[in-house]
Amino acid sequence: MIEPCTLTAHELMRRLINKELSFAELLTSLKNRIRLFDNKINAYVRKNDVCSAASAAEISPSGLSIPVSLKDNICTKGNNTECCSKILAGFKPPYDATVVAKLKAHGLPIFEYKLNMDEFAFGSSTENSCFGPTRNPWDLERVAGGSSGGAAAAVASGEAIWALGSDTGGSIRQPASFCGVVGLKPTYGRVSRYGLIAFASSLDQIGPITKDVRDCAFLLKLISGYDPLDSTTKDIPVPDYTQSLDPWVKDIKIGIPKEYFVKGLDPEVKDIVEEAIEFLKKLGAKVKEVSLPHTEYAVAVYYIIATAEASSNLARFDGVQYGLRSLPKEGHSHEPRTVAMYKKTRGDGFGEEAKRRILLGTFALSHGYYDAYYLRALKVRTLIKKDFDRVFEEFDCIVTPTSPTVAFYIGERAQDPLSMYLSDVYTISANLAGIPAISLPCGFTKKGLPVGLQIISRPFNEELLLRVAFSYEDNTPWHTMQPYLKPPQEDFLGELRG
Amino acid sequence: MTIDKELVNYVAHLARIELNPQELEKLSNQLRVILDFINKLNTAKIEDIPTTSYVLDLSNVTRPDIPKVSLSAQEALDNTKFKEGNFFIVPKIIE
Repeated sequence: MIEPCTLTAHELMRRLINKELSFAELLTSLKNRIRLFDNKINAYVRKNDVCSAASAAEISPSGLSIPVSLKDNICTKGNNTECCSKILAGFKPPYDATVVAKLKAHGLPIFEYKLNMDEFAFGSSTENSCFGPTRNPWDLERVAGGSSGGAAAAVASGEAIWALGSDTGGSIRQPASFCGVVGLKPTYGRVSRYGLIAFASSLDQIGPITKDVRDCAFLLKLISGYDPLDSTTKDIPVPDYTQSLDPWVKDIKIGIPKEYFVKGLDPEVKDIVEEAIEFLKKLGAKVKEVSLPHTEYAVAVYYIIATAEASSNLARFDGVQYGLRSLPKEGHSHEPRTVAMYKKTRGDGFGEEAKRRILLGTFALSHGYYDAYYLRALKVRTLIKKDFDRVFEEFDCIVTPTSPTVAFYIGERAQDPLSMYLSDVYTISANLAGIPAISLPCGFTKKGLPVGLQIISRPFNEELLLRVAFSYEDNTPWHTMQPYLKPPQEDFLGELRG
Repeated sequence: MTIDKELVNYVAHLARIELNPQELEKLSNQLRVILDFINKLNTAKIEDIPTTSYVLDLSNVTRPDIPKVSLSAQEALDNTKFKEGNFFIVPKIIE
């Protein structure tokens, strides 16, 4: 029997409306799945806590009632939101994020457990979570990607129907690619960031992680729009993105940036992506090579701007108002007691990657280095943005691999931060330029690991992204593939049944 | 410029993060490698290029100046046990 939790949201909606399935059955299926498999996958955190103000059980079910799972950095009132960091242990937000309020207003329940992530979204593998890494459902020895690794792994394994993640440099698209699901980073200003615990304010966007493009369009429509509580949202109408699901790409002009198909791109990934591009051509798209000449600077620019903004945003975690407070021993320090408290709290509370990024960002903003690093990075950011502007004068979208490799092994890059940073090489430019991008599955390697195809377009042109993605998906089988998860041993099952 | 332990220690002080000697050693080495990579920005031609700190063409976003109900003091204090009345308790600042 097909477990309801492994189905898409639109199929579940149909079944709920036709009374082929009840809301209670759906919830039971989801929770059983988590009970059976999440010990291994670790997509959700704090599963033992008594939940919750936002519990799915509290809403009155309707045809739309498909529970949405949230990354641990999206605030839900009264319900722990900790960014998978020790420094935010026990934090219960006093308000809902705007995206949460919007989902609730549409009658969608918020799932009671939150999804694993790299601490404060700092990472590309979910290994930097204080709750331990999320494992990739396609190969449990490998990472799920990051930082929204919990979200992508949960959707891929049927532990979530759909989810919201956040993307600052690829944190939705790269894990979606590693786990064989769909992930979309909206245009900067499309979705409110109110209630998203900030990493880098000029780059962050919340976006959907789903089993197919139709679910993606549906969820995007629900969360998009102007918000007076986020002055960086744009006050323009939200299209009905589900109307974009028209498998028609004839005469769409697609640019293939030559800088993305160079050394460092895994040959097997390259072949699979090139095959996908050929397929789009067969569907009628006009494909031509283009150049984004400043691509080589993107990672360097990103790791200055993102860390500079992070160092400022994370200054608020000082032990005074919420989360962890560590007090040094009396007479321990020559510094004022408050300063000693800040230092000890932050030293104890932040993990290694958070410290690394805060130090890098503080350095880039510090007297004597500001011009050479931060200001220079802001100028090169302009060059990167102009590269895209120029290409979009002629082309409707750009197609690339989402990541240069498939999911790597847990621990493989953990000791080498630079190699981890370079795994974002194809995704970060879209954040720097503020433009929308989607990743969708486009094939599998010989070892059975999913490969992601990235489509990038001009600002507020999510409709085109969804149309091209849907055209591809509608003609290929990849989005229907699901990982085989080995059920726990019978004796363990016996224990569960009690 | 060299990234040595002294510089990293100073930056850690600015960022108010306590580092133990092992962390200081490790982070100094890693930051040196990362900044070596970032120094490739020096080869970009940036003369007369303006900065981009935000990508949107929005400026001076304001809202009507109408007072509204905000978080109550109690709600603002809910996330700490270090409180008294309507105040956060912090270590003594003035001796």
